[in-house]
Amino acid sequence: MSSVKIELRKDQTDKIHTICDSFGNQEGELINVLHKSQETFGYLPAEVQELIAEKLEISAAKVYGVVTFYSFFSMTPKGEFPISICTGTACYVRGAETVLNEFKKQLEMEVGETRTDGKFSLSCLRCVGACGLAPVVQVGDKTYGRVAPDDVKGIIEEYLPAGL
Amino acid sequence: MPEATLLANPVKKQIRIALRNCGVINPETIDEYIGKDGYFALGKVLTGLTPAEAIKVIKDSGIRGRGGAGFPTGLKWEFASKNNSDQKYVVCNADEGDPGAFMDRSILEGDPHSVLEAMALCGYCIGANTGYIYIRAEYPLAIERLKIAISQAREYGFLGNSVFGTGFDFDIHLKYGAGAFVCGEETSLIHSMEGLRGEPTLKPPFPAESGYLGKPTNVNNVETYANIPVIFLKGAAWFSGIGTEKSKGTKVFALAGKVNNVGLIEVPMGVTLREVIYEIGGGIRDGKAFKAVQTGGPSGGCLTEKDLDIPIDYENLIACGSMMGSGGMIVMDEDDCMVSIAKFFLDFSVEESCGKCSPCRIGNKRLYELLERICTGKGEMKDIDRLRNLSEVIKDTSLCGLGQSSPNPVLSTLDNFYHEYISHVEDKKCTAGVCRDLMEYFIVEDNCVGCTACARACPVGAITGERKEIHLINLEICIKCGACMEKCKFDAVILK
Ligand SMILES: Cc1cc2nc3c(=O)[nH]c(=O)nc-3n(C[C@H](O)[C@H](O)[C@H](O)COP(=O)(O)O)c2cc1C
Ligand code: SF4
Ligand code: SF4
Ligand code: FES
Repeated sequence: MSSVKIELRKDQTDKIHTICDSFGNQEGELINVLHKSQETFGYLPAEVQELIAEKLEISAAKVYGVVTFYSFFSMTPKGEFPISICTGTACYVRGAETVLNEFKKQLEMEVGETRTDGKFSLSCLRCVGACGLAPVVQVGDKTYGRVAPDDVKGIIEEYLPAGL
Repeated sequence: MPEATLLANPVKKQIRIALRNCGVINPETIDEYIGKDGYFALGKVLTGLTPAEAIKVIKDSGIRGRGGAGFPTGLKWEFASKNNSDQKYVVCNADEGDPGAFMDRSILEGDPHSVLEAMALCGYCIGANTGYIYIRAEYPLAIERLKIAISQAREYGFLGNSVFGTGFDFDIHLKYGAGAFVCGEETSLIHSMEGLRGEPTLKPPFPAESGYLGKPTNVNNVETYANIPVIFLKGAAWFSGIGTEKSKGTKVFALAGKVNNVGLIEVPMGVTLREVIYEIGGGIRDGKAFKAVQTGGPSGGCLTEKDLDIPIDYENLIACGSMMGSGGMIVMDEDDCMVSIAKFFLDFSVEESCGKCSPCRIGNKRLYELLERICTGKGEMKDIDRLRNLSEVIKDTSLCGLGQSSPNPVLSTLDNFYHEYISHVEDKKCTAGVCRDLMEYFIVEDNCVGCTACARACPVGAITGERKEIHLINLEICIKCGACMEKCKFDAVILK
């Protein structure tokens, strides 16, 4: 699990307890508990997983096994502006890969990473259902369609007016 | 997230059954659904037909599952109804994992009540009182609309205790997926519903015998359910009058790629790919030449010109080396490299393999590496045989449908575009101009004005030439960074 230990505050442990209670501390509700916890904390650090394991009376390994199985769950915090590039088939056929490479180049980061200043994180999505606008990029809730590599710089700058 | 594009009806080729209300009614108002005969089928069946009679209607209609495998829905319901148990479940598979498809999302966002009504009908038929919709967490709008729809249906007495006052109880709850393609496979889906890792298990036992919490469970796809109320309203004969001999009704496809009109279409089974691509899709963009159409997503295959006039149905697509799948349909043109397309799908399968069985976990990775070698010019002729052999082994020995079908994109491109593999391997050329490692930078003499911009940009000093004279790239030194091409204002640097 992640090496940096974080100290959960009392209100945070309480919050997790409330979430677990709201699902009756049922083992079968683990995925729902994880969804709610991630919604609250933004991600699922080891400490949160351990607490959930304790509450649901299952092993931490089991919780960890589920967290790592599903790509929706993350053990690292997302950036303030999460950038997702659709790499579904329609977007791929219309050049998503070159757009992705441009983001990697401009931001000097890889897929799955969060920048150290916490501003951006980069991830890939599979089909957001806007294939007509392929290739598609999402930054937070905002969607950009027909993105060309040349547009990438401008998109990043929207979130960083002072430049990189 | 933007709303999905429904493709308007440019020609009379389309018939709307599953999508009948999408974009027509306000999905957040139950009265509008009722205004379109919503919940009439439920009332009619609950008060007028026995479960066995109702199942017969579905069987007679000939409808088959729209989630991929095409199993006859009526038969599935009959199995579940015949397995006696104190508790049974109705599950809706809304995991929609094909990475180029959004049919189910559109139905859930545009007409959620049709799915709820159908699930209640199924519950009545098989003797279940509880339904679950397993939906991807990535579909927040669909989730929101389902929640609204469920609470409205409860308020109106279409869900809950004694539906229509008949004594039949039925309620529906949501379960969330968390981004794993394999969870679309029904046994994985059930494990995921139970809060476990979504790994498949061997069938039999089928869910109809032992599903959620070990109880008989009927799993159907969203689009399958969306057809059900209409079948009860208009009759089995009406439904089976549409389509081909063995595939009845319509199918929704997400038409995308290099066609002029992209979006969701719903066509009767039996139309041809040519009609879809040219009449509905408006032909290939930018006047380019058609090369292939991929159906069935990561489990499917690529079809070519010779297949364009075959009527689309479950059997025909399989006979041509592809499959219906859930309805992704991606059109490709002369600029697409088929080896790269196979690699794209393999990349997906490698990432999504759950890892439980080795043929899929290791085999797909090895297939991907072979394709990678070929695309970067390191392939040998033996690799092509290896691709084929390994594909066959993975198909034959994998535990679940993911591994059993993941080599299909490789096999179908090998069958239909063998020459492209050969040119990658023997001539080290990618004729479509996609595989960068197989291409080289050249300076077109006619366009070069000798401005020296390229030579100054080149990080390795590969470009020589005096000012105002034609420049030349030394391919031995060139590292293919592309800087020269970016800098040249006269389009003199080309990649081929
Ligand atoms: C790897 C894999 C992924 C699948 N993904 C889906 C999916 O996303 N949605 C779906 O409805 N069925 C999916 N299926 C098919 C289901 O296992 C199952 O056959 C289907 O939900 C049954 O419903 P139907 O009879 O109405 O088609 C998938 C199957 C496999 C092997
Ligand atoms: S075939 Fe692949 S996805 Fe299916 S069980 Fe085996 S490893 Fe998992
Ligand atoms: S591609 Fe890069 S290395 Fe090759 S000639 Fe152009 S600038 Fe130089
Ligand atoms: S493939 Fe990118 S939106 Fe569908």
